[in-house]
Amino acid sequence: MLTANRLRDGDVLYRKGSGWVLMLSDGEVYREQAAADAALAAATAELARNEFVAPYLFEVREVGGKIIPVKEREIIRAAGPTVHPHTGKQAGQFHA
Amino acid sequence: MLNTLIKPVAPNMYRYDEFDAQFVTERVNQFAGQVARRLSGELTEDQFKPLRLMNGLYLQLHAYMLRIAVPYGTLSSKQMRKLAHIARTYDKNFGHFTTRTNLQFNWIKLVDVPKILRELADVEMHCIQTSGNCVRNVTADQFAGATDEEIEDPRPLAEIIRQWSSLHPEFVFLARKFKIAVGATEKDRAALQWHDMAVQIVKNAQGRVGYKVMAGGGMGRTPYVAHVMSEFVEREDILAYLEAVLRVYNQDSRRDNIHKQRIKILINTIGPEEMRRRVAREFEELKRMGTLQLPQDELDRITAYFAPPKFETGLPDTIPDAGPDFANWAATNVHKHKAPGYAIATITLKTPGQVPGDATSEQMDVIADLMDQFSVGEVRVTHEQNLVLPHVRKQDLPAIYAKLKELDFAAPNAGLITDIIACPGLDYCDLANARSIPIAQSIAKKFENLDRQHEIGELKIKISGCINACGHHHAGHIGILGVDKKGVEFYQLILGGSGAEDASIGEIMGPGFGEHEIADAVERVVNVYLKTRKPGERFLDTYRRLGMAPFKDAAYEKVAA
Amino acid sequence: MTKLIKSGAYAQDTFVPVADDAALPEGAVLVSLARFQKDREALLARNTPIGVKLQSSENPETLGADINHFSLIALEFPKFRDGRAFSWARMLRTRLGFTGEIRAVGDFLYDQVNYQHRVGFDAWEVPDNFTIEMFNHALTEMTNVYQPSSDGKKTIRELRAGK
Repeated sequence: MLTANRLRDGDVLYRKGSGWVLMLSDGEVYREQAAADAALAAATAELARNEFVAPYLFEVREVGGKIIPVKEREIIRAAGPTVHPHTGKQAGQFHA
Repeated sequence: MLNTLIKPVAPNMYRYDEFDAQFVTERVNQFAGQVARRLSGELTEDQFKPLRLMNGLYLQLHAYMLRIAVPYGTLSSKQMRKLAHIARTYDKNFGHFTTRTNLQFNWIKLVDVPKILRELADVEMHCIQTSGNCVRNVTADQFAGATDEEIEDPRPLAEIIRQWSSLHPEFVFLARKFKIAVGATEKDRAALQWHDMAVQIVKNAQGRVGYKVMAGGGMGRTPYVAHVMSEFVEREDILAYLEAVLRVYNQDSRRDNIHKQRIKILINTIGPEEMRRRVAREFEELKRMGTLQLPQDELDRITAYFAPPKFETGLPDTIPDAGPDFANWAATNVHKHKAPGYAIATITLKTPGQVPGDATSEQMDVIADLMDQFSVGEVRVTHEQNLVLPHVRKQDLPAIYAKLKELDFAAPNAGLITDIIACPGLDYCDLANARSIPIAQSIAKKFENLDRQHEIGELKIKISGCINACGHHHAGHIGILGVDKKGVEFYQLILGGSGAEDASIGEIMGPGFGEHEIADAVERVVNVYLKTRKPGERFLDTYRRLGMAPFKDAAYEKVAA
Repeated sequence: MTKLIKSGAYAQDTFVPVADDAALPEGAVLVSLARFQKDREALLARNTPIGVKLQSSENPETLGADINHFSLIALEFPKFRDGRAFSWARMLRTRLGFTGEIRAVGDFLYDQVNYQHRVGFDAWEVPDNFTIEMFNHALTEMTNVYQPSSDGKKTIRELRAGK
């Protein structure tokens, strides 16, 4: 999947189609490297729009029908800090 | 939340004059302009990043993080209330006190930052140079102005250094960050030897006060303890000397490998003697040039801002009897004050189970009330992520304790094993490899029993979530470094570090422990200490006597089985 | 393309940059340190102004006594984050007593111009879209300064003392 931060408020974003969504579960999964690379290339070209920053790809896997990031860092980034479970997307605070 | 019964008190600390106020205001305007240019695309992210860092703004894992400067850890109640207000209005109701005595907010929006900076400017605060490759916040002993151990209050010099380093035109694009600390006591509470540069106020053989300057300390990937650059710099020469060190660093540091660009690398590459020679050359010229000389009347003028408060006389000079819980707290968290009838009180933000160093906006407001009621409107932030009320009457200690209990900040654990330093770690930080806060919480919970804590005595645990070492793990009696091993969090143990006057770099034990093993491993290490210590030995002393072997054997014993 | 700013206005650049392997034309030339060291005799024998362009890793002290032969020293910013030239400019104005033109070239930001001006730069090679208005604005964003530098600007301490 492809993630970035919204420039003006730092919101964590996930790529879907040619746009962005706030929840990882709504984001697009690239099952082929070529598709992932193309998405990153498209986002990189769009940096000049000054809407988002620092796009990068990260790995996910399917566990029991759910898409879950492979790395702990991305799990936390998608949900929110584990030590403040009442904050972040995990608590319904989709925006920063 | 204003308590109308409590009258705000303005402490004796540096106060902005029209020049300082204009400086901060213009800096805010400048940054607002930079934000606008970034949003319009006139500045790319690559260009904007160092500019926003020099205004304390990071892009972290979940959002922007803003780091607010708390110069030499000193805050007034008015400033504390403003921080609470900012936490409520622009963030999620809490802030985090850092290992450089600053305050961080984790959920900031870029577009709100100019507004926040203006609010901070209203109370003489700013975010200038709290990040970036420049001179950072100048820190000092949290007991400054209150302890009888000091030659003099180090904060006037810290303030002078702060002004001299603010937007210094030659040094805003250094090779890397540059951290300065100032001390005035033999006992080092500000980790001087771990800084890029440190000034210790000393007396020479003739009894004249001057400055010992050290440089080249630093944490991170390659930890180093500082070398002495000069045993004694005369008062009037100090800025010329510090500028000489910075100039040599700016000219001669590498710029080709970000991991080799701190001054510690330069000094240890060319050797401290060569560094001293280069610095001496610059210093002689700067001294001759004369424009950086610090006249005594200027030092006196700044010192006057920090005059001690009018201490009452004839106060009872004993700590009241107020029950066993209070007595436990007083035993660790109350320290000797230079004025009879007074004490220094540490508020540990480390109640077992809490996030170390965090305070909610409500807690900040109540602390502001405590500051006004009991501590002449003043608090200090410590590099161990605690707070200190510097000037409290002994007779007021029970009332203070009672209030701290309501706040859940009454843990009687200053300096004990549950007084843990932890960086924000992977829960918040873009640079982290592992979480650090849950580890601090699990260890603190494990050792919660107060009798056990006292049995163990002084034991400083410091936890970092990555090699950048913001948790100061190299200087922990027990240091813990979070690493990423194939996507799983592991924790390495590092033993025998110290951030005090007996500074030492901790030694890595070996392979890391899993998230659920690390607290047990720490316990096994502590048990070795308890079994082998000689009378009077702290953990650190026993480690230094025995070396790594017995601790390592015990730590891995369970894992091997 | 680039423009030259001097004394708060666009200026004609009278120096011709010469590549290390190119022949020296007539008139004022700007050469690299390596070229100067190679063709020192030839360059000093000419009656026309010489400029040298120093890379950020090149300490101006290397110029030694020859420094007085230069009318122009250009200090390169290979990447705006590389701030060594701030110290090189300061050194040129103080220890080395250089009174000729110190020109900022390469990758630097609008936001660095004021600092450059303070430490002794007096000319800037800027992109075409860098206006004089921008230049002047850069110098006025911060009215006062805390520390002395080559611009001789009064410090806040001096202003406080009514100097």
